[in-house]
Amino acid sequence: MKTRVFLLVGLLVALGLAGVVSNFASSQPDGLDSVVRDGCTYDAEDNKTGGTCVADRTEDTETADSPLADYGIKGLDNRYLSTGLSGVLGVLITAGAGGGLFWLVRRRKPVETSA
Amino acid sequence: MNNHVVAMHISNGIIDGPVSGIYAAIAAAAIAVCVLRARADLDDRLAPMAGLVAAFIFAVQMLNFPVLPGVSGHLLGGTLAAILVGPWVGALCVTVVLVVQALVFADGGVTALGLNVTNMAVIGTSVGYLLVVVLLRARVPLVWAAFVASVAGVVIASQGFVLQYAFGGAETPSIGEVAALMAGPHVLIGIGEGLITAVTVSAVAKARPDLVYALRTSRRELVTV
Repeated sequence: MKTRVFLLVGLLVALGLAGVVSNFASSQPDGLDSVVRDGCTYDAEDNKTGGTCVADRTEDTETADSPLADYGIKGLDNRYLSTGLSGVLGVLITAGAGGGLFWLVRRRKPVETSA
Repeated sequence: MNNHVVAMHISNGIIDGPVSGIYAAIAAAAIAVCVLRARADLDDRLAPMAGLVAAFIFAVQMLNFPVLPGVSGHLLGGTLAAILVGPWVGALCVTVVLVVQALVFADGGVTALGLNVTNMAVIGTSVGYLLVVVLLRARVPLVWAAFVASVAGVVIASQGFVLQYAFGGAETPSIGEVAALMAGPHVLIGIGEGLITAVTVSAVAKARPDLVYALRTSRRELVTV
């Protein structure tokens, strides 16, 4: 498989996972979050109903106002579209930022041959 | 809002400010070393592959899978990244994901970024990579090496949080309780991570074995030994 085809297939798989499969992910707190919430109780809407736990210490994230905060698109009511599109954007942003940075700091070929 | 996961990483305030600051410095130093060492690995072919690995980890981190009643888990990605693009570039891949998540998706506090980078990008990737190298040298097949290293990488990275909690966490629960609470689910999360890593690495190794960094390295070492 050519490198360019491989990269394209890989990117499409990532887009499919973040854009579609993400809607079938578990909505339960993850391993860390469950520890942090240990001792507190929550209702079906995920609002705290009682108890004390480490999560009480949580402060707002600096970027809470981001249009993509919490893996959704602000103002988009359809939750499937909101999650899926935010995932697609996240994959593209990560690929662009990561790929761009790695490309910038990469070792140029002439340096290698002259070394 | 609660049909999808909102927070997957350490939020601000969980660990106090001074300790978060110290970890930010530790993470920055580790990243600087990784950038310097990564340059030797990053050529025209590895650079785009590394971008893809980062994007793939971002995608798979969204896929929380159930591990216990009321508890889910997701890929951390350190071992996967290390196998595919090497430990230095791999740690940078996970870091890019964590930075994008903190800045754009409000997942994991910005103040807490150093805590998250230290656990998942630095500890997770280095533990995973070291184990993979040892196992491959012992002639363990790549799929099994990937699985075992992933389990260990996740469990040890999750205990990295326990250390941070010991330095800058709350009085209760106690450190021992937090360690035990973290260990149980993260063994199961590690098994999930191991399966995802093994499947992904096998798929890449089947399509383009030359793009699997760990295979290149182990062959090179076998030749030089």
